[in-house]
Amino acid sequence: MSSRFHLYVSQRGEVSKAQEYTMRILALVAALIAGGVFLLLLGFNPFEIYATMLKGALSTEGMRQETVKLMIPLCLTSLGVTLAFKMRFWNIGAEGQICAGAIAASYFAYFHNHLPQGILLSVMAVAAIIAGGLWGMLPAYFKTRFDTNETLFTLMLNYIIGFFITYLREGPWRDPQGGFAATPRFLKQARLPLVNFPGVGNVHIGWIVMFVILIWVFFYLRYTKQGYELTVVGENINTARYAGMPVKKIIMRTMFLSAGICGLVGMLQVAGPDRQLTDAVANGRGFTAVSIAWLSRLSPIGIALVSFLFSVMEKGCSMMQTDFRIPASMSEILQGIILFCVLGGEFFINFRIGRTRKEA
Amino acid sequence: MQIEDRPAVIELKNLSKSFGRVKANDDISLKLYSSEILALLGENGSGKTTLMNMLSGIYQPDSGSILLNGETVKINSPKDAIKLGIGMIHQHFKLVDVFTAEENIKLGSRGKGESISARSLVQSLNLNIDLDKKIYDMSVSEKQTVEVLKVLTRKADILVLDEPTAVLTPQEIDTLFNTLREMKKAGKSIIIITHKLEEVLAISDRVAVLHKGRLVDTVNTKEADRFSLTEMMVGRQVDLDIKRAKTIPGDVVLSVEGLTVHGNEGNVELDKISFSLRAGEILGVAGIAGSGQKALCESIAGLQPVTSGSISLSGQRIDGLSPRQIIELGISMAFIPEDRLGMGLISSMNIPDNLLLKTYRDQKGLLLKRTQARKEAEELVEQLSIVTPGLKTPVSKLSGGNVQKVLLGREINLSPKVLITAYPVRGLDIGASMTIYDMLNEQKEKGVSVLFVGEDLDVLLALCDRIMVLSSGKLSAIVENRFATKALLGMKMVGMTTDKEDEYV
Repeated sequence: MSSRFHLYVSQRGEVSKAQEYTMRILALVAALIAGGVFLLLLGFNPFEIYATMLKGALSTEGMRQETVKLMIPLCLTSLGVTLAFKMRFWNIGAEGQICAGAIAASYFAYFHNHLPQGILLSVMAVAAIIAGGLWGMLPAYFKTRFDTNETLFTLMLNYIIGFFITYLREGPWRDPQGGFAATPRFLKQARLPLVNFPGVGNVHIGWIVMFVILIWVFFYLRYTKQGYELTVVGENINTARYAGMPVKKIIMRTMFLSAGICGLVGMLQVAGPDRQLTDAVANGRGFTAVSIAWLSRLSPIGIALVSFLFSVMEKGCSMMQTDFRIPASMSEILQGIILFCVLGGEFFINFRIGRTRKEA
Repeated sequence: MQIEDRPAVIELKNLSKSFGRVKANDDISLKLYSSEILALLGENGSGKTTLMNMLSGIYQPDSGSILLNGETVKINSPKDAIKLGIGMIHQHFKLVDVFTAEENIKLGSRGKGESISARSLVQSLNLNIDLDKKIYDMSVSEKQTVEVLKVLTRKADILVLDEPTAVLTPQEIDTLFNTLREMKKAGKSIIIITHKLEEVLAISDRVAVLHKGRLVDTVNTKEADRFSLTEMMVGRQVDLDIKRAKTIPGDVVLSVEGLTVHGNEGNVELDKISFSLRAGEILGVAGIAGSGQKALCESIAGLQPVTSGSISLSGQRIDGLSPRQIIELGISMAFIPEDRLGMGLISSMNIPDNLLLKTYRDQKGLLLKRTQARKEAEELVEQLSIVTPGLKTPVSKLSGGNVQKVLLGREINLSPKVLITAYPVRGLDIGASMTIYDMLNEQKEKGVSVLFVGEDLDVLLALCDRIMVLSSGKLSAIVENRFATKALLGMKMVGMTTDKEDEYV
């Protein structure tokens, strides 16, 4: 009779908070080492590169401003998708919802720019929230009415609205004076004012919006009836029905808020750094936000930390590109490695792998 | 020639299998001969499927042995079982929808020359099936035939069918039985798992009856009848030491008239059920699992739409109201599903947050206030001696008994007029079960109407004032406790009519 080795996976029992965090830190260290090995293979000194990244992201005021500007949309979008994720509604349409918000905001920036700055910006923000929210409610409606798959639905909507921006840029909203097919630049009153961020310097007002929404999401999830409802729906939809919750209404409402925040990101981008409506207004942030939300385990504080880390990495990597001629896409590879290690670490927090001898 | 004179194809010797503390199979010995159909009969949870899973390599026995043609074999995986010529057909089909029947049949065999052609089998067994048809175009019974063919092409001589008729219409059942008879003629040995007596009597040569994990007896079908089989299946009456609170039932509180409920696929889950529930009584609901218990509870609670008929609470129609409105009228439901935490509780939340599920709506404003719920949770833990490390511990970390106490305690805290409870002692030990029975009796004494859906007939007999029996979605009897016996309930559960009147009220 032959004997074979079998690998088996079993669930861990009680895991203490300290053990959990140790695991996460180990995963992060493992990610840095794996990234370092990768850099070594490319023929670079990983310590030097990591140092350059940190320096490139944080050493001067100008660099810190750039990093914060990267962080604002990432953090806000992650907060947005987190509301939906908490309800186990897989909103991967943040990309499109950013676009919807950007279009609505740009409409007012182009066609109602006689308004005074404060009013115009407020109107743009509200329009962006409503447009993003409605765009996000579409898949929610179909989900509750026809039980469609929201993952595919939200994903596909991204392409529709993305190409709609291209159409606007090349067609009706094209700047007749410009040589390229591009939209016109926003007038001064449609641009976000700069506000001093202590220790960083002047950054567009979006950073205040970011902190306000951060606190709001934290509070909403934890201390409001609506936050409680959406958590129950996410944890167990049958229990929600059984408790008499209006499940459909909750799904629609939550998706409006989730997508509304993403829409607001679109407004902050066009009126902030972009100053015009471009195809690249979302630029993959809707997807990066999904990773950030997961890495933070849907905790708003975690999102602030992780999106800061991601922004440092992105900014640092562009520095790396100029200093070492390593393509900035290295940042994406590093993000991938970190994601892999940390999510892999989550597996080891919950499970252990053992080996048995089994008679065959 | 007597069947027993032939050598056995399969012999199971003293097989035992436990899951934790539960003995699913206890010292079972059984023989299977060639060209015979053996029926394996027993209630849900009597160990039929466990036994067959050991034969098909899904589980390994804790002790005992399996002999194939007189030789001891070890079956470590379903693959081993197939190699030995043992094929199992599960209740849930494992077919690729977008492939044709033939493609599905070829799929697992990886083109090895050994297999028999499906087309020749279709001919020799007189099967009515188109092998070029795609699975998604097929009816349930056609899919089942494909599963059977899949097993047969791999040269299986022994077939195990797990409740094959559960999903079929009466005509389809006839077709299936004809196929089985053809296969028997061709020399195959067949085991069919079922809890339907008519089918056992119609198709099998011998019957093996299981009860609570033990083999009661194996008899020749010719020598058996419905009554003898029922008695073997439900076992002897056991007197449990559960008290039944003495109350004088009051007015009718809940009245159900001609209630018909259809499932998602349009299948009839409840068929013209009528009954009434008085204040201060416990009405038991007995029935084989899946006879409509869930639909009954959920339609009263407003979770499943009523197709026809009416449900009234103290004269007011409640069918068509939302679950919320029904809760507010004073109907509370504590349903313990198979996985226990599936409905009614949020496993990742702590006790106070779970208590809030039904009361948070009554709070004013947008904010969620937890102070009151924390106080209630403390009281509940104290009153019902719930064992928990603390109020912040998620309920998933509590033991089954304590989880059920939280669920039932919450419903009782709402001071309902009608308390619906389904399987409240599922998986609990005697001590914890007794606490739950005491809670129910206490409610009854307070004048609450209790609908108790149970699994164990002995418990139903001990606890309930009246017992209604569901059989395939139909109400087969409502029996007053003093007239009820286990044998009578057993017969009603399998849908038999007795000479006596149907109602024992």
